[in-house]
Amino acid sequence: MSDTIIIKEKPLTYSAAQAARDMSGTATPAGEKGSRVSEGPSGSKPEKTLSRRNIILYGTLIVVALYYLLPLYVMVVTSMKGMPEIRLGNIFAPPMEVTFEPWVKAWSEACTGLNCDGLSRGFLNSVQILVPSVILSIIIASVNGYALANWKFKGGELFFTILIVGAFIPYQVMIYPIVIMLREIGLYGSLTGLVIVHTIFGMPILTLLFRNYFASMPEELFKAARVDGAGFWQIYFRIMLPMSLPIFVVAIILQVTGIWNDFLFGVIFTKPDLYPMTVQLNNIVNSTQGVIEYNVNMAATILTGLVPLSVYFVSGKLFVRGIAAGAVKG
Amino acid sequence: MAVTARPARWHRNLSAKIAAIPMIATALVVFVGGTAWTVLYSFTNSKLLPRQKFVGLDQYERLWGSAKWIISIQNLAIYGAFSLVFALVVGFLLAALLDQKIRFEDTFRTIFLYPFALSFIVTGLAWQWILNPDFGVQAVVRGMGFESFTFDPLYNPDIVIYGVLIAGLWHETGLIMCLMLAGLRGIDEDIWKAARVDGIPVWKTYLFIVIPMMRGIFVTAVVLIASGIIKVYDLIVAQTGGGPGISSEVPAKYVYDAMFLSQNLGQGFAASTMMLLSVIIVVVPWAYLEFGGKARRV
Amino acid sequence: MVRKSILTVLMSAAAMPFCMSAQATDLEVTHWWTSGGEAAAVAEFAKAFDATGNHWVDGAIAGSGGTARPIMISRITGGDPMGATQFNHGRQAEELVEAGLMRDLTDIAEAGKWREVVNPPSLLDSCTLDGKIYCVPVNIHSQQWLWLNNDVFKKAGLEVPKDWNEFVAAAPKLEEAGIVPLAMGQQPWQTSLAFQVLLVAVAGPDIYNKVYGDKDAELAGSDALAPVFEAAARARDMSKKSNVQSWNDATNMVITGKAAGQIMGDWAQGEFQMAGQTAGKEYSCLPGLGMNEVIQTGGDAFYFPKVDDAAITEAQGVLANVMMAPDTQVAFNLKKGSLPVRGDVDLTAANDCMRKGLDILAKGNVIATPDQLMSADSVTQINDLFVEFFNDPSITAKDVQTRFAAIVADAE
Repeated sequence: MSDTIIIKEKPLTYSAAQAARDMSGTATPAGEKGSRVSEGPSGSKPEKTLSRRNIILYGTLIVVALYYLLPLYVMVVTSMKGMPEIRLGNIFAPPMEVTFEPWVKAWSEACTGLNCDGLSRGFLNSVQILVPSVILSIIIASVNGYALANWKFKGGELFFTILIVGAFIPYQVMIYPIVIMLREIGLYGSLTGLVIVHTIFGMPILTLLFRNYFASMPEELFKAARVDGAGFWQIYFRIMLPMSLPIFVVAIILQVTGIWNDFLFGVIFTKPDLYPMTVQLNNIVNSTQGVIEYNVNMAATILTGLVPLSVYFVSGKLFVRGIAAGAVKG
Repeated sequence: MAVTARPARWHRNLSAKIAAIPMIATALVVFVGGTAWTVLYSFTNSKLLPRQKFVGLDQYERLWGSAKWIISIQNLAIYGAFSLVFALVVGFLLAALLDQKIRFEDTFRTIFLYPFALSFIVTGLAWQWILNPDFGVQAVVRGMGFESFTFDPLYNPDIVIYGVLIAGLWHETGLIMCLMLAGLRGIDEDIWKAARVDGIPVWKTYLFIVIPMMRGIFVTAVVLIASGIIKVYDLIVAQTGGGPGISSEVPAKYVYDAMFLSQNLGQGFAASTMMLLSVIIVVVPWAYLEFGGKARRV
Repeated sequence: MVRKSILTVLMSAAAMPFCMSAQATDLEVTHWWTSGGEAAAVAEFAKAFDATGNHWVDGAIAGSGGTARPIMISRITGGDPMGATQFNHGRQAEELVEAGLMRDLTDIAEAGKWREVVNPPSLLDSCTLDGKIYCVPVNIHSQQWLWLNNDVFKKAGLEVPKDWNEFVAAAPKLEEAGIVPLAMGQQPWQTSLAFQVLLVAVAGPDIYNKVYGDKDAELAGSDALAPVFEAAARARDMSKKSNVQSWNDATNMVITGKAAGQIMGDWAQGEFQMAGQTAGKEYSCLPGLGMNEVIQTGGDAFYFPKVDDAAITEAQGVLANVMMAPDTQVAFNLKKGSLPVRGDVDLTAANDCMRKGLDILAKGNVIATPDQLMSADSVTQINDLFVEFFNDPSITAKDVQTRFAAIVADAE
């Protein structure tokens, strides 16, 4: 990669190797790392004043943000109206009479047959499915990506190509073969089976994500660590992991969203006592006969989206410039 | 090979290979096995349950004789081309803007990303309302006095697919932005410093230095977007139901409708085999270029 | 609380005769009834079943077609079936029965004399394959209704139409008044529902049976049917300005007076009732479009997958009896807004339109639904054809008739 870049190759290489050595030995003091992270550098120099540049920058961001917020506005406003008001059909008008009834109903009252406890019913099940599935799929995929990018082995690319093709297969087509496979190994209908299914379908994109990211990292770091005698797992945990926080965030965003919003696998591969929250969401929004309550639909959708949303917000703090970049300076 | 072979070569390969066992198993058993199964049953007349009653190419003849399938492919081409270009460009631009050390980065990033968290079923409905000529944007603009204003993409068979595109981009660009942002954050600060020292304009630095360095991220983004395009289904169902008429049908919907509405599994498998075949035609040459020649290149 | 316990006692009393053992068994039941009224109706089944000392484990999954069906089939073929499941009866479940995955209920049906009590008998025929009964029909939903907003006609200075022809004649005046004559959602099943309702109304039940039942393609393409397709073309013109997707949005156009009428099944009544309207007052209903007063007796049915567990097998039998019991039938169908499958129960709480349906049923003017007569594949092809036709004015009545006849010819 260094050949594409200008000047300063020597110091860069040197300090990268240095950094790797630092890390495989004693870690840099935490405080120092932290301070570097928070002042993580970016593109060009920021200007403090209300300059032309800032107006354009923030102006653009705000206009784009408005486009993104418009549907959310419609959804929130609708969720706070009563059904008679919704029948009037003015979707942009703020509610004449604000009601939180739909929210209460979506969370704790909407019925499914006997069970009238709304989305809250499946919440814990969803968490129970989400946590192991996200962790397992990211661990496996990141190790895959690392092995493919840094420890090339024969046949690796072939399997990787198959995975990439697999990323394009619509899930529904694979339902029957997977049902048969899980039935044969006796995991059909269990949480373990479901976690495996999520790991399998997350694997293509995640592996690609990690492979390409690891491959773009300075090779010198890896080399230096090898010189120091670090092994497969040592390099993974001491160097690759800390340097790739942003890409882990992207992986978390992808998996948390995908698995949390998954409905199909959740019902096919488990039983009613393990049904995720999305089953209830689907039941609320996807009813084909009977009265369709748009306000409850909207409230339920926003409520369901809150979990991934909070994960985005919290994990977004990890969107920092790679620690290696900070270390390189030192 | 990148690293000069040190201690023992087999030892190094062994660790990596053990670590890659889940991947190899998935690739072979699930993807190759599942695909072979699908292709096999595409030659049968399976209805509700997979059955081995072979009928040769009948399913394929019916597939290519279907107006719905042809329209599906055309729609996919239009939707795919626009979706790919816009998602990449807009995603990158937004990421670059957010990477300017701005205030409230967390807030903006979350705003751009939040659509990704919401299920398609209801967001499709929200967009269906917004684009509805009787009570959406068109009605509002007309209410402001522009009586001749017309904006009803979902009710015009010629442009309905663009109406879907508006909602599709809204949903996915946030994720691409995040991916790009992660890529930008992986670019060494020294490169920016060097570029500044040399007096290279910012846009040139992006175009000729940063983007080439982010090639891996772009490849990931392209695969992510493209696989999403091929699989687009929920959005269509929620927003247009394939209509007006059959003017916004897409291949994935054709597959599901055949499998689960028509209960004609064989037809669904034939359609998905055609989809898979076209993916292989694109991906395999790419993989060959990617891995065939040079060693460690992203 | 008190009321509930009284009800439970009543229910258990009603169900007692079928409760052979006191052993409590958990029985998982999957179905796609999830909206407010539907859920309340299911609760009646569950309550009655729980009263037998067993326990109903609810597995509701909304969305009949693309969503719930693959899940149910996966569970059954995955070797981990539910205790009972709702399924479209008629042709659609045949394969599961043929594959030996479903339990034969003939002995239970004979003990309960279903043959004698189920009315119309065609409902039980749909559950029967090779002389054996495999499902329990639980209700009747009819599709042949034209729903009208009375007020709209009065304002335009018109009489409320009594049949389809009068409705068509009123259309120009309605349009002048800025009202969409016919509201129609643009989902494929809605457009083809409108078509086959028109077919029965215009051409009569005999021709319907020959076309859908005997797959008489020659008749389908003949001049005898031409008026049906012209009526469909007329309906297309009348619904030109109807810009909605879902059926209930279309119903809402009628409720709010944006549109004058809608062709839809009896479930549309739920929307009128939710909007606080009364049959005969704010809205009218014309079964069979007022032309041929016939209703299609579609409906829902429950199947019982074969299981090894003896306790579950027994609980299945209990549930089948509970569903067919007169008390449960009344309680369930009043909540569901559908008609009971037994002719020997009393429905005093039924409203105007339901009563009209009951009368027609009593007269025996019933026909089967397309689902019962044709394979899902053919039904979907017809759906696709009509959604295309209703959205593309360049397709003539003649064209669509030719294509329709071709689908009928290919149907198995």
